[in-house]
Amino acid sequence: MSLGLTRAQWLAVLAVLVALALLPLGLKRFGIYMLSLWCVFVVAGHGLNLTMGYAGQISLGHAAFFGIGAYASALLVQAGWSFWLALPAAGAICVAAGLVVGFPALRVQHHYLAFATLGFNVLAWLFFRNEEWLTGGNFGVRNITRPALFGRSLDGDLAFFYACLALMAAASYATAWLLATPWGRAFAALRDNPIRAESLGIDIRAYTLAAFALGALYAGVAGAFFAPLVGYIDPSPFHLTHSLAFMMAIIVGGAGRFFGPFLGIAVLILLPEWLRGISGGALTRIAQEWYLVGFGVLVMAMVVWCPGGLLGLAGRLRRRA
Amino acid sequence: MTQPLLAVDRLSKSYGAIRAVHDVSFAVAPGEIVGVIGPNGSGKTTLFNCILGQTVPSAGAVRFRGTPLTGAAPLAVSRRGIGRTFQSLQVFGSLTVRDNLIAAAQEFQGSMAARLLAPSDAGLGARADAMIERFRLGRVARHPAGSLSYGQQKLVDIAMAFMPDPALVLLDEPAAGINPSLVEELRALLEGLNRERGATFVVIEHNMDFVMRLAQRVLVLAEGRLLAEGAPETVRAHPEVMEAYLGA
Amino acid sequence: MADLVQLLVSGCATGAVYALAAMGFVLLWQTSGTINFAQGEFVMLPAFAMLAGLALGLPLPLAFLASLVVAALVLGAAFKRVVVDPLVRAGVLPLVVATLGLSLAAKHAVRVGFSAEAQPFPQIFPEGVWNVLGVRVSAADVGTLLVAGALLAALHLFITRTLFGRSMQACAQNPDAARVLGIDVAGMILATFVINALLAACAALLVTPVWFARFDMGEAIGLKAFFAAIIGGFNQMRGALLGGILLGVLENLAAAYLSAQYKDGVALALFVLVILFRPEGLLGRAEERKV
Repeated sequence: MSLGLTRAQWLAVLAVLVALALLPLGLKRFGIYMLSLWCVFVVAGHGLNLTMGYAGQISLGHAAFFGIGAYASALLVQAGWSFWLALPAAGAICVAAGLVVGFPALRVQHHYLAFATLGFNVLAWLFFRNEEWLTGGNFGVRNITRPALFGRSLDGDLAFFYACLALMAAASYATAWLLATPWGRAFAALRDNPIRAESLGIDIRAYTLAAFALGALYAGVAGAFFAPLVGYIDPSPFHLTHSLAFMMAIIVGGAGRFFGPFLGIAVLILLPEWLRGISGGALTRIAQEWYLVGFGVLVMAMVVWCPGGLLGLAGRLRRRA
Repeated sequence: MTQPLLAVDRLSKSYGAIRAVHDVSFAVAPGEIVGVIGPNGSGKTTLFNCILGQTVPSAGAVRFRGTPLTGAAPLAVSRRGIGRTFQSLQVFGSLTVRDNLIAAAQEFQGSMAARLLAPSDAGLGARADAMIERFRLGRVARHPAGSLSYGQQKLVDIAMAFMPDPALVLLDEPAAGINPSLVEELRALLEGLNRERGATFVVIEHNMDFVMRLAQRVLVLAEGRLLAEGAPETVRAHPEVMEAYLGA
Repeated sequence: MADLVQLLVSGCATGAVYALAAMGFVLLWQTSGTINFAQGEFVMLPAFAMLAGLALGLPLPLAFLASLVVAALVLGAAFKRVVVDPLVRAGVLPLVVATLGLSLAAKHAVRVGFSAEAQPFPQIFPEGVWNVLGVRVSAADVGTLLVAGALLAALHLFITRTLFGRSMQACAQNPDAARVLGIDVAGMILATFVINALLAACAALLVTPVWFARFDMGEAIGLKAFFAAIIGGFNQMRGALLGGILLGVLENLAAAYLSAQYKDGVALALFVLVILFRPEGLLGRAEERKV
């Protein structure tokens, strides 16, 4: 595996972006909304893929960072900030939170970091639910307005979709760029063999923290877009179960593969909605109901038989053919 | 004698009642190749681990270039300019051979933040290519290190240790598990590095022929103690060494 | 004062149930390096197995026995064979992910296949409150505490006093040496998986009458077991016991005197304190850095 992207992969990214930019022209309102959601989640997915797929650190608090970003941007905008200032602020808060979570756990064996992130998610969720003065508790934050850009309102569904798409393109580019710097190599070294890495002067603690902070940053920025996209946030999407779902989506797509999040997030959120959209039929009803069961089984099967995820599976089939 | 590069002074490491390393002292001069031999369980790897910060010694001191190194963590040890290989293979399996070599040296220059803006090869491409040529890994340079044969991975592992141009390298059984022709090649490579770059190293080795021909001086450990020390021929003739080895 | 005693007793009762789940968790970690993220579902599933038994007309004791058998087979042996065995060599991460997948699948299979609503579960202890010297304690709390205590004591005796138990310990501490001594290491590991499943089923019997059977009841208990194990010391059985009880009691006290809403945050607070000041856990032994 080479660091960064090959030319073919860059072309694939471009093709996907162009296709996505044209796709909504043939879609109804709900379809556009789902695609926007997918874009936002892919951004968060890139972050988790960096932390877990590339740097090899289990993170079980991704939904919490996503939530912090969402609440931060929603509340700051309601307090009168411009969205374009609230966005970096949300990202910065998430980076700070990522460092605070990571720091104590690094004192001990690094898989404790996973436990710390998991506990952090529980705590963050309790905070969202209980601190009504700030977050509105279970009632949440309502009527989150969408921003304007260069004087043009992004209020329309299509306009905001293009904003989400642009965000996803930027985040994807940033990821590819980051992976091609020496940091990408250090992350891979950390994942493949931390003990050897340390003996070669690679500061595994610093890179572990960096991996967490970066993952949190992506999640925070994605969350900041999520809030105006859905227009209303409450604690439920930021529960621990969603962190676990995030993680499994990355695994299913292919951890440590650039296109993994695109595919994994699609399987996690687009496929069930698509199934729901297919009208009627006893079979589709069963498929919908058992979707999460199937997803869980798929995750297990992936780990046991195909650690490369769906993308790895595709590669394997291609080589065999 | 000039100031030794590495000075180990009365180093001991006990696990409960077991003395894995007991009262071992020796020094390594710049440019020297020192061999460490001894039967299994004689404390060779524990000695390495104490020097390299993998375990904290129970007593004694380690000095590197005259300043204390005792109990420093592995990262600090490597940053001070001491490279190492492990007894088991330790390469970054998913990275290419070339990336393994660059990874081995990239952290020794600039700050972490600067590396974020550095070119992809961190300015080390030429040095990595030279090392690839020296170790004759050209055909596999772009392959993931994990896909190479055992012997080739071993070469990558050793080349990585030398990439940052460390002042001292500790090699734990470099010749173990590789075929005889490669052993000979490896010896030539190590001698070349020593001759041309003045690379200093300490080698733990079971392959007596290999270590006796490579090392200029040999330390013999038995049951955690330093049993003998001297030029290869002297050590070979030492009666106690023969006894320790043949278990008579 | 009377309130405090009451809180302590019920905290110990909850804590003892945490300890049962945490104990199995530690056992799996010690003998096979498995971190089981589906531990909570290992409690939830037997609860529903018992409900199924009850629905078939079995009396509760028989339903419980049947659930023990099913747990031993499915959550013990089959879990090890199908999920753990193929992955155990691949390191911690794949097993974490696989057991998370298992947890998700189990939860939603019960939700869709059984019900998303909480199911009432028969009380196993007489309802009512005893008045001991002016202190009111609920019979259910005392009963839970006694049964869990007896189980934990029996487990402790089994592991420290029987040849079988000591062989298990030997495998946990040094599998190679155990093999040399002629101990059937694979068999011992299987035994710990079965014991883990049995403990979880017992925890289910104790906790379900109070919490009701719900498809997501395992989330809370799994999480608590997990943190209890770390707080007490991941490599010590006694640690799991202490961690569980401590967590149960402190949660109760925190809910009563600090904030009921942050009750679930107690585990995290304790966890952070422990890793800051005693990373090996309260009763754990520090492990050497390994190469």
